[in-house]
Amino acid sequence: MGFEEKIRIVQSGPLRAQCIDILQVNLGYRCNMCCKHCHLEAGPHRHEEMDHRTVEAVIRVLRESPIEVLDITGGAPEMNPHLKYLVAEAKRLACRVIVRTNLTILLQEEYEAMPGFYKDHTVEIIASLPSYMESAVDKIRGDGAFTKSIQSLRRLNSLGYGKDLELKLHIVYNPLGAFLAPSQEKLEAEYKQELLKRFNVSFQNLYAFANMPLGRFRDFLVRSRNYEKYMEKLRDSFNPATLEGLMCRHLLSVGWDGALYDCDFNQGLGLPLNDRSHHIEAFDYIRLGTREIMVGEHCYGCTAGQGST
Amino acid sequence: MGDYYNDEDLDRFSEIGKYNPDLFKKFLSWYTAALEPGALSKREKVLIGVAVAHTIQCPYCIDSYTKSCLEEGMTLEHITEAVHVASAIRGGASLIHGIQSHNAVDKISL
Repeated sequence: MGFEEKIRIVQSGPLRAQCIDILQVNLGYRCNMCCKHCHLEAGPHRHEEMDHRTVEAVIRVLRESPIEVLDITGGAPEMNPHLKYLVAEAKRLACRVIVRTNLTILLQEEYEAMPGFYKDHTVEIIASLPSYMESAVDKIRGDGAFTKSIQSLRRLNSLGYGKDLELKLHIVYNPLGAFLAPSQEKLEAEYKQELLKRFNVSFQNLYAFANMPLGRFRDFLVRSRNYEKYMEKLRDSFNPATLEGLMCRHLLSVGWDGALYDCDFNQGLGLPLNDRSHHIEAFDYIRLGTREIMVGEHCYGCTAGQGST
Repeated sequence: MGDYYNDEDLDRFSEIGKYNPDLFKKFLSWYTAALEPGALSKREKVLIGVAVAHTIQCPYCIDSYTKSCLEEGMTLEHITEAVHVASAIRGGASLIHGIQSHNAVDKISL
């Protein structure tokens, strides 16, 4: 059964936003890495990047709306020259600011100061680390990625991240292939124990996400003839209890060019909002807060098992 | 000659119940209960499963329990260690029977 039909049956109507608590801003698809699971196919070869004018429009929306959380993603957000300005302005507006980092970028000479900048602005860091085993991480994220990630985590720990209550450091786990994530709670306990024992690394929370059947991961599924089975697994694992907390019902995603989407995954697909206000310049908080959400088969990725939000 | 083992056959497991549904139902019920978390966690049980699967050299079970290990957040490092434990016990079991041959020699030797 298609996702749209499933939703109409389960909740007697289409999926609608409940509010916009979070503005998730994608600063561009440039990245120093080329991870195999990236749904946006980010990498060093990508040039899409949010410009200053669009960054100003984002700040204006934060200033003029009740949105209190800015969630910055990419690519590697650090590679956008306007990141520091955006963070500083959002903090001036008393927003909670989250940056999703790939960790390895923080070791590059031109970005070495970023951990200190994040600390000075009490930025919440969400870092990708799909395993606490080196071979597994390097296989997905490239040779040397694990060692660099651990170095960055230790640097962040030395600044107080993952230890002080104010300096939040969270880790994102995603499965290493065509299967679903284990229990988030148990995995968090295991990660905490292993990272501390092996590398003396601490963090606050772990989020376990499913891999979305989009971008490079979809290519892998098709190439390895796992696509149908994976989709079947996602459909079979549909959990109606995840609907209430779906991120698309609580946030709005802004693309590097200012286009608005229901989530980062719809952005990856190029699936625009079902609303005439589909650019940050035409942002309408009230109307967008109750919009009908554009769904597709990939949405089963967010409703499978324990959910992925 | 075709292959004896086909991975699609794993999905046909329920066909085993065709000629004796009652026994198969009992097996499934027991199997499911045995795999439920109890004093041992699900993670521990699937790790035992993958080790046993290698010991009995069942390709279906290796396929199935390897996937289960991955779904429990484990990696090839975990699986490889479990296979070594299974293999070491299997090897040790052969070696300890060497004592039987010692005994047999002792029985008939001066």
